[in-house]
Amino acid sequence: MSGKSRRDFLKKSVAIGSVATGLSASTAKAGPKNILSEDRMGVLVDTTACVGCRNCEWACKDAHNLPAGNLDSYEDRKILETKRRPDQTALTVVNEYPHGKNSNLPVDVKVQCMHCDHPACVSACIVGAFSKQENGSVIWDTDMCIGCRYCMAACPFQIPAFEYDKAINPLIMKCDFCFNRTKDGKLPACVNICPVEALTCGPRHELIKIARNRIKRNPNRYVNHILGEYEVGGTSWMYLASKEFKELDFPDLGKNPAPGVSESIQHGIFAYFVPPVSLYALLGGIMWITKRRKELEEEEKI
Amino acid sequence: MSHELVNPVPIKHKFFTPGVYVLIVIALNGLVFLMGRFFFGLGAVTNLNDQYPWGLWIGVDVAAGVALAAGGFTTAAFGHVMHKEEYHAIVRPALLTAMLGYTFVAVGVFVDIGRWYFIWHPLIMWNGNSALFEVGICVMIYMTVLYIEFLPIVTERFIGKVNLPGLLTALNKPADKILRLLDRGLSKTMFIFIIAGVVLSTLHQSSLGTLMVIAGPKMHPLWQTPVLPLLFLLSAVSVGFPMVIFESLIASRSLKLKPEMHILSRLGSMIAPLLGIYLAFKIGDMFIRETFVYLNEFTTASVMFSIEVVLGVIIPLRMFLSPKVLKSPPLLFTASALVVFGVLLNRINNFVVAYTPPYSTESYFPSFGEISVTVGFVALLVLAYRFIVMNFPVISLPGQQTAQPKKYTIRGVEK
Repeated sequence: MSGKSRRDFLKKSVAIGSVATGLSASTAKAGPKNILSEDRMGVLVDTTACVGCRNCEWACKDAHNLPAGNLDSYEDRKILETKRRPDQTALTVVNEYPHGKNSNLPVDVKVQCMHCDHPACVSACIVGAFSKQENGSVIWDTDMCIGCRYCMAACPFQIPAFEYDKAINPLIMKCDFCFNRTKDGKLPACVNICPVEALTCGPRHELIKIARNRIKRNPNRYVNHILGEYEVGGTSWMYLASKEFKELDFPDLGKNPAPGVSESIQHGIFAYFVPPVSLYALLGGIMWITKRRKELEEEEKI
Repeated sequence: MSHELVNPVPIKHKFFTPGVYVLIVIALNGLVFLMGRFFFGLGAVTNLNDQYPWGLWIGVDVAAGVALAAGGFTTAAFGHVMHKEEYHAIVRPALLTAMLGYTFVAVGVFVDIGRWYFIWHPLIMWNGNSALFEVGICVMIYMTVLYIEFLPIVTERFIGKVNLPGLLTALNKPADKILRLLDRGLSKTMFIFIIAGVVLSTLHQSSLGTLMVIAGPKMHPLWQTPVLPLLFLLSAVSVGFPMVIFESLIASRSLKLKPEMHILSRLGSMIAPLLGIYLAFKIGDMFIRETFVYLNEFTTASVMFSIEVVLGVIIPLRMFLSPKVLKSPPLLFTASALVVFGVLLNRINNFVVAYTPPYSTESYFPSFGEISVTVGFVALLVLAYRFIVMNFPVISLPGQQTAQPKKYTIRGVEK
């Protein structure tokens, strides 16, 4: 009962959030849009609640016009025996792991783009096709993409996939936080279909409170770690689990944003074009001086 | 004195030899796989996948290609900016290598990107945060600069010798006039392009190193360091002269010319300090970050790193310090080839070996198709080099006064 009402609250808050972020003035730097809105949305994945029904996989494919098949066919749990990764045919997948503490149930982990607060892909993309939107989603403009796949090399979670089998118009594929739905205040397709409330969508700061609360109330159920709260500078999607995230195949990442170092190097080399221009001037000076010296030497000979 | 040394002429030699036929076969084999890539997609020809988005083509065709074309800007800086005229004889061959090298880098990028028909997008869609964007823009501009730097060689070849066939003979005079005009304009403005070439090179040689910094922990700690851009720049600078020596000795052997040992030995004597600086930073970085612990393990990474440093830096460094090596063509060739090999391996290591994605089930090894295309490109490059030195005044013949008019010998920097 309370679950139902909480869900309604969150649905409403999505709508409010998207309106609020729409109003909040945001100043984007030169380059791709990279907004870190106060009210950005997120999803809390409670892997202790997930039952591995894989309805989210079906809903995701359905929402993104990918061949989805029959929802009943997803009841086959055999597929959970192998570890899968999101790819161009499935933007989210569920993997199953042996049970964690104080439970005999297996742990099911939904995997998709984490929608980082400081996304490596946004920083890396050569044409600036990627952007971090006000509602928290990290999306990209397919028409700009040149297919260089630097986003894939840059992503700390190894999420973007590429259509290698296509000769013409191969696309980068990844979860887009159902931007077409969430921008209008609707829930992402996976959150909408989840039958067990494993996925909670709402403003990110609210989700962190909810997650902390759950850990506090059930210290036996959860490890004391919200994955995504601080990892690579924070992510919109966050996870709770009953065992260490390393054992659930999450990469061990620090708290520093992935693009931090490369961007400071990049901006150091190009600080207002001062270094290249000074180098040009320096070389010009050397060239002039050595030439002058040569001329003087020639004159002396004569 | 310097004018005796600089005497570039088209080399007279038979183009087709058994070696050339072999190169043509290798190039054709590469082209077959290249067609496969364009008709059936990247997946059909390469072993790339979602875990390994970048492979041999980025590591060798692009990253190593840019590094090995560094001879162009190091000799330009040395010969033109510092006015060391005694080295002018090797500036043109180095310029040709750089021009062809960068052309193939561009072709390599074109082949590797999934949506090649949008290769022009970075020109109008900018992302200042992206190291790749900076590399892309710099490479595009630098390639243009290289073509401009090469233009005087073309004008020199044709001024006074324009001989169009058939009905076009009427155009001989206007064409000659245009060439002369172009030549005069270029010789007055060339210094702008020469300096620009050096600046652009230092920028993108280093930014190429920034590329993999963003991959963070996905890259093996032996290579992943914030000073990667500096290491890339230093290694590019130190491979510039060895590449010039390497290529000059091959060319003189293949074209039956006397190797220009008087210049090459002096060039060789400058390589040791440059390699030394590179080695100092590489080892220093290793000790500061304490990554030497990884050398205790016996892994692909530790083996490749050791080969790269010992065979590619330390041994040639020791060799270049020996006067005996500097005077002997075979030894000089070996030492230079080791440096070239070391930098080639370093780029492969940085972009392919060091890259360990978190969810890979099997590690990447280039497919036969990928290797064919890369080797095919190298073969084409050699053929293009051969064709150009036989038809344009690039290589200098020491001592012989078959000379071009003096005015054209050292272009752009003298007047």
